[in-house]
Amino acid sequence: MELRICHLYPDLLNLYGDRGNITTLVHRARWRGITASLIEARLGDRIDSRASDLYFIGGGEDRQQRLASPDLCRVKGGALRDAAASGAAVLAVCGGYQLLGHYYRPSDGPDLEGLGLLDLHTVHPGPGARRLIGNIVIRERTEGVRLVGFENHGGRTHLGPHAEALGTVESGFGNNGEDRSEGAVTGTVYGTYLHGPLLPKNPWLADVLIAHALRRRNTGVDLAPLPDVEEHLAAEAAAQRR
Amino acid sequence: MRRLAAIAAGQLTAAASRATRLGGGTTLPGRVAMALAPGIITEVAGELSQGVVLISGTNGKTTTARLLGGILDAGGLVAIHNRAGANLLSGIASSLVEHAAPIGPVRGDVGLFEVDEGTLPAAVEATRPRALILLNLFRDQLDRYGEIDLIADRWRRALGALAENAMLVYNADDPLVADVGRTFAGRSLTFGLQEAPEGSRAPQSPEHAADSRYCYRCGRPFEYALVTLGHMGHYRCERCGTGRPAPDVRAHGIRLHGADGSTLSLTYREQTLSISTVLPGLYNVYDITAAAAGALALDVATETIGRGIMATAPAFGRGEHVTIDGRDALLLLAKNPAGFNEVLRTVLMAEEAPVVLIAINDLIADGRDISWLWDVDFEMLRDRARSVVVTGLRAEDMALRLKYAGVEGSRVTIERDGARALQTARSQLKNGERLYILPTYTAMLRLRALLERKGYVRGFWKQ
Repeated sequence: MELRICHLYPDLLNLYGDRGNITTLVHRARWRGITASLIEARLGDRIDSRASDLYFIGGGEDRQQRLASPDLCRVKGGALRDAAASGAAVLAVCGGYQLLGHYYRPSDGPDLEGLGLLDLHTVHPGPGARRLIGNIVIRERTEGVRLVGFENHGGRTHLGPHAEALGTVESGFGNNGEDRSEGAVTGTVYGTYLHGPLLPKNPWLADVLIAHALRRRNTGVDLAPLPDVEEHLAAEAAAQRR
Repeated sequence: MRRLAAIAAGQLTAAASRATRLGGGTTLPGRVAMALAPGIITEVAGELSQGVVLISGTNGKTTTARLLGGILDAGGLVAIHNRAGANLLSGIASSLVEHAAPIGPVRGDVGLFEVDEGTLPAAVEATRPRALILLNLFRDQLDRYGEIDLIADRWRRALGALAENAMLVYNADDPLVADVGRTFAGRSLTFGLQEAPEGSRAPQSPEHAADSRYCYRCGRPFEYALVTLGHMGHYRCERCGTGRPAPDVRAHGIRLHGADGSTLSLTYREQTLSISTVLPGLYNVYDITAAAAGALALDVATETIGRGIMATAPAFGRGEHVTIDGRDALLLLAKNPAGFNEVLRTVLMAEEAPVVLIAINDLIADGRDISWLWDVDFEMLRDRARSVVVTGLRAEDMALRLKYAGVEGSRVTIERDGARALQTARSQLKNGERLYILPTYTAMLRLRALLERKGYVRGFWKQ
């Protein structure tokens, strides 16, 4: 088996240690004897929907999002849509998450077009609005697993009827600071405001994504459990810092 | 009357805060004085015969201020500074009040203040500086400020408030700082590194931690002829031609000697100065170049600049040597990815298989978001570190980062308690080895307080 990862905009959308997610996916595959390969797709690069089974998009500031938005919609969008429709896993974080929705309305300037892979839209309430910043703890909705991280976003995201939230906020702000929803899931496409190195401290989510990706081309995928001692210690310490 | 009351109250607060050992009295006196007389900074700063110099940037504020202080001192000028890193308005006010006389002018010639990046517009307005030095902009404490571009916007605003006859000194090698600096209508002086350190394998593209790699005018990635640190270097946009301005003050012939310091040459117009410094690492080469440019902006003689730089010892926690029960230890503040990478390189240049103590806190002054640990190239330690002790409020996050960097658990000890962490790390040293202590800002203050209690270092406000 091989885990084939594609990292979108690794140098443009990489604001907060996003590469920790890639490192985690690669190591967790290799620790189980599964080969892992990585393709990096930058601005202007076309992607192949059949060449990778797990696509990752990180976060960025408004300026970087503005550069990424047209490229995502016109250069990479078709292939990413095809990949997701045929079971590839997609994880988008923070700024990347906003670009997977229908649109992002920044505090000034025109709307940024999104890919519409997740049924949601994001609006920044204006330069005077407070940013939603801090440690965040959520309870994931399918298995009740606790996920920990840090969020930092000005935009408020509202889900449409075709997107499920990833989790319920236990402490922190989440999608919009109002309805206690956090992130979005549709099929194998995941978006979240838990930014940067989300996967190292949340190995459960890392393994869910790896399993989705492997199942696209393999049957009988059964990931062996890993000890995850350091992972749990760090997640516990983070949960104490609310 | 207000001035008199504010100064008296501020000085009393400082004395009380020292007597009760609540701290160095580095911010509270200023807060008290500003509450009584809101214009106190402008008033007292206006009494300084040589005016005020402000220094801002993500990395190197304290060391650059210290170097420029050393230069001014060598030139016989008495500088008032906020030495202890108290770099908000309250810290500036505290240091001014401390040296103000109730009646008569302030006791000092020049104000030399390091300023928090976000506070710069307010500080420019309050102090009306004669010179402003802009060092660099790296991702740091994003949770506090939001985004790096927002800080650049604040700086542009600060330049709008800068007097036309003031001198702007800025880093030509940092694309974002240069983009900001260019907007100033008045006189400016730029600085930068002419070449990579001798014998170094300089990266040909910005390292992962780099921030401003895309042209600010047209969005195309910069082409780099040389990368010095992070996103800094010799860059140029091939589409619109935006590039590094030719620096007025240039560092060249740079030789890094690991933890023992560096040698370099500085050239301005026809004059070249040879410098030897105990400050370790390439960061300090930038700081030295910036301080020299700042001194030139104040018309200090070249010879004085050289003497001042060479007489400057590291600021507290920033390359500071400490002896712990007969063993040498080196404190190297590491508060963001670019800085941390440089500190790791300095450690690995000095020692083949180092014992390292890493202390990570997530308090406001450190940045509450520790995501940045994943942008640091801890992979450098994989084949080299003999032992790593991790401590601080986020010790576990650090241990996890090391696991993914390939430093396996048998070489990593988690020790939440600072005193025990120091002891554990020290006990692993062999004869002649030095302990490398790499803390974030508040973790450094905490470890230093522990060392001070044992009499190994002096209180930072006494320096």
